Amino acid sequence: MSDETPTPAPPVAAKPASKPAEHKPAAPAAPAGPPDPPPPDGTALPAYIVALQAALPDAVTQLSLFVGDWTVIVPVTRLLEVALQLRAQGFDTCSDVTASDWPQRPQRFDMIYALYSIKDRTRVRVKVRAAEGEAVPSVSSVWPAANWLEREVYDMFGVTITGHPDLRRILMPDDWQGHPQRKDYPLEGPGELLMENPLDWLRLKQTANEAEIE
Amino acid sequence: MAPETQAMFDTDELVINMGPQHPSTHGVLRVVLRLDGERVVGSDVVIGYLHRGIEKLCENRDYAQIVLITDRMDYVAAATSNLGYCETVEKLMSIEVPRRARYLRTVLSELQRIASHCLWLGTHAMDIGAMTVFLYAFRERELILDLFEEFCGARLTYNSMRVGGLPQDIPPGWDRKVLAFCDIMDAKLPEYEQLLTNNRIWLERTKGIGVISAEDAVAIGLSGPPLRGSGVKRDIRKDEPYAAYDEMQFEVPVGVAGDTYDRYLVRIEEFRQSVKIIRQAVAGLPEGPIVGKVPRLIKPPAGETYHAIESPKGEIGYFIVADGKSVAPYRFRVRPPSFCNLQALSQLIKGHMVADVVALIGSIDVVLGEVDR
Repeated sequence: MSDETPTPAPPVAAKPASKPAEHKPAAPAAPAGPPDPPPPDGTALPAYIVALQAALPDAVTQLSLFVGDWTVIVPVTRLLEVALQLRAQGFDTCSDVTASDWPQRPQRFDMIYALYSIKDRTRVRVKVRAAEGEAVPSVSSVWPAANWLEREVYDMFGVTITGHPDLRRILMPDDWQGHPQRKDYPLEGPGELLMENPLDWLRLKQTANEAEIE
Repeated sequence: MAPETQAMFDTDELVINMGPQHPSTHGVLRVVLRLDGERVVGSDVVIGYLHRGIEKLCENRDYAQIVLITDRMDYVAAATSNLGYCETVEKLMSIEVPRRARYLRTVLSELQRIASHCLWLGTHAMDIGAMTVFLYAFRERELILDLFEEFCGARLTYNSMRVGGLPQDIPPGWDRKVLAFCDIMDAKLPEYEQLLTNNRIWLERTKGIGVISAEDAVAIGLSGPPLRGSGVKRDIRKDEPYAAYDEMQFEVPVGVAGDTYDRYLVRIEEFRQSVKIIRQAVAGLPEGPIVGKVPRLIKPPAGETYHAIESPKGEIGYFIVADGKSVAPYRFRVRPPSFCNLQALSQLIKGHMVADVVALIGSIDVVLGEVDR
């Protein structure tokens, strides 16, 4: 048997446009932050926000109203005060704690606390902005329900949460490198290498990054 | 007693590992138990074995494709996961859903609630040792799966809602079949109750097990039937009505003691209320379109919202951040009821026997696909 069988010629001019159905939405330039539209002028503030502003003047730096949802934006240093005040005002349920990542912004993380009052049937969201490494106080002393939810935020985003009773990864393995929900984390994950040898993976990633910069 | 003999009778705490491969953890849940004899003195609940990164995945799919992924979270109650997501996007885009679609969504979610509770009842009772109930409950669940199959072609992951309405209208005669199913369900519920409600073994195994007070239940973030079992009357269907629940007459059952038995009673009563809601919704089913005015390309304006509905497990909430430019959400977050309810497990099992751990995992009704996402 001769091994001279000609290798099949590569298909000429494979149409690059033959895969239009990638269903990958074109990635537009990442926005620098959520819009947080302020309430239109003359909108009556709900009673709980009036009460919050009366109890803690200048704690609320920004108010936002979008499709009927009120959000109060507070500085990270006043978070615990605001949480305790809202808890005293009847917001006894912490429905959700989550974060969103805006890498373009100096304070890249938004921490969002979705609160609900069973008595008044009202919802409000509290939002703080934090830079990477900036300490966000844990609200699990105010609402024990926040315990696992904050662990998830720490696991997925790597937000530094202080004063948490049990801050460990919750969904990813304990020795995982990186935080999957960050916008700069690849969708397909770090690949096989990470599971076998995380240090090699980090080194490879670093060289790749440096090559990209050059 | 001689010191040597004394040493022989010294007791030590024992750490054992329950799961992740364990038939009564309903999936891949791992509970590390610290035991003093048969009694649990401490525990650590380890999750994440089924983590597929659904939130990240959804941030890279367009809004229409995500409905399909929400099926894969709570795979025994896919219709309510679909509904919660679609309503959130509708809220973001201020889309009005036609009345017929809202009624049919109500019918589908209540059928789903019955199916999910059937699965819960069967597995929960089997964990505790009542094998027959499992066969009975799955017999009725099968009928619901048939109804769903006729409506959307699938038996588990339905993909049964669309942003703005429903994928298709119901097949002819489907509503009559639903009503026939309601009659069957009404006839079969006493069978379940006959086997369990006054069964002495069942009472021994569930009364006083995993008691949680109303304050503690609210604080730890319970929702759905486990919260109502503690006597807190909170049901999103009543408190913040969605779909067509504001037009339905139904009661919200609550427990008193907050133990496993009361959580059982609450869910049994929810079967009846669901049947009642389905009857009303089918009887009052209006004519009209099933999809509202939805643009061909779903691209919500920039902004963020949180919207929650009552799934069979509790409050399922979606938090979506839209950037207004891309057809995929910038941030997609699910508030999974199973995850938040599971948080209470450590607190519930403390001081109970190992066998009660099994009863309590069943009692809070978790689906690991939703816990880990």
